Amino acid sequence: MTRRNLRSLGTRKRRKMVELTLPKNSRVTEGRTWPKPEGATNLRELRVYRWNPDDGENPRLDTYWVDMDDCGPMILDALIWIKNRIDPTLTFRRSCREGVCGSCAMNIDGLNTLACTCGMDEVKGTVKVYPLPHQPVVKDLVPDLTNFYAQHASVEPWLKTETAAPGTEWKQSREDRAKLDGLYECILCACCSTACPSYWWNSERFLGPAALLQANRWLKDSRDEATGERLDGLEDPFRLYRCHTIMNCARVCPKGLNPAEAIAEIKRKMVERQV
Amino acid sequence: MADTRAPSARPISPHLSIFRPILTMMMSIVHRITGAALYFGTLLLLWWLIAAASGPNAFAQVQWFMGTFIGRLVLFGYTWALVHHMLGGIRHLIWDVGYGFGASEREWLARMGLIGSIGITFVLWTVGYMVMGGAR
Repeated sequence: MTRRNLRSLGTRKRRKMVELTLPKNSRVTEGRTWPKPEGATNLRELRVYRWNPDDGENPRLDTYWVDMDDCGPMILDALIWIKNRIDPTLTFRRSCREGVCGSCAMNIDGLNTLACTCGMDEVKGTVKVYPLPHQPVVKDLVPDLTNFYAQHASVEPWLKTETAAPGTEWKQSREDRAKLDGLYECILCACCSTACPSYWWNSERFLGPAALLQANRWLKDSRDEATGERLDGLEDPFRLYRCHTIMNCARVCPKGLNPAEAIAEIKRKMVERQV
Repeated sequence: MADTRAPSARPISPHLSIFRPILTMMMSIVHRITGAALYFGTLLLLWWLIAAASGPNAFAQVQWFMGTFIGRLVLFGYTWALVHHMLGGIRHLIWDVGYGFGASEREWLARMGLIGSIGITFVLWTVGYMVMGGAR
């Protein structure tokens, strides 16, 4: 989606700016407690957010008991165990199960992370599992990330050049390549953006930490020749400057990246080009 | 024919109510709250200045109110909000020049902001009372 399309999307359906409480249809109710597995001695309690688009009811929090002697060590293992053994309707995204695809991003024990790289032993007591915060829910733990992906596309995350393409490849020194460390590793799991209160309140106009980290990745690329144009696209009270350095993004990134720092770098570039 | 009931409108997943209140986020929220509170603090200051310009009676009235327990509590809160917001501002300045983003640094900055604001407020009031020659 181009930048222009994104803008019109933003103005067309502008939600209330700060909504501290959930709308009526989103309030979470007490759900069902599923029976404990028979004969199991090493039990672990999970409380999982459920919402079914087909039954017309509000979201609910279901309680499950997992037999840890029969289940792998990660939160994702427990969710898969529940789906296989207790409740096949439980819906979530997962793929690589080793922290490279970013599919199983969710809110576990109050923090956004990947279910596949978060151990059951990292959580004390009951494990609470919610979808990524402040997103429209498709079903259970599956959020609709259309807006998030559109924002990523809006920073035009590809190499843009004016000079004629070289016969072989665009060359880059080792030092210049090293400048992309801490940026290129982003897997677009959306943990950071959906952990950001600024993004919660302004997700249609603030690009959010993930897209901005990506923007910085291309701003810092020695081969890219569209730096000025890229900065122009970000020079906006909402797109870039809604970041208030709350730091939730850096706290939750499962790849250990620091979007807050990347955003601060962009802000500094804005100043540097004016002085 | 298949049952084609339209699916319900999508709910918004919970956010503030389920997110762990980590220190840097709480400090950001308090920074915003103290910033808003300072508008009212400035009104207090304005009230005091206008009273001083209006004459001895008006000024005495303000002085009396500020001297009551409630008045002092409000002033104490104003002092804390001012100091907290100032230290938050310094924290933002440090970030704006590109430092203090690491995990331990940002935690330390947040902790210092909190401890510092409470500490400085108490120091200011102690000095204030000492200059006045004890609590009156």
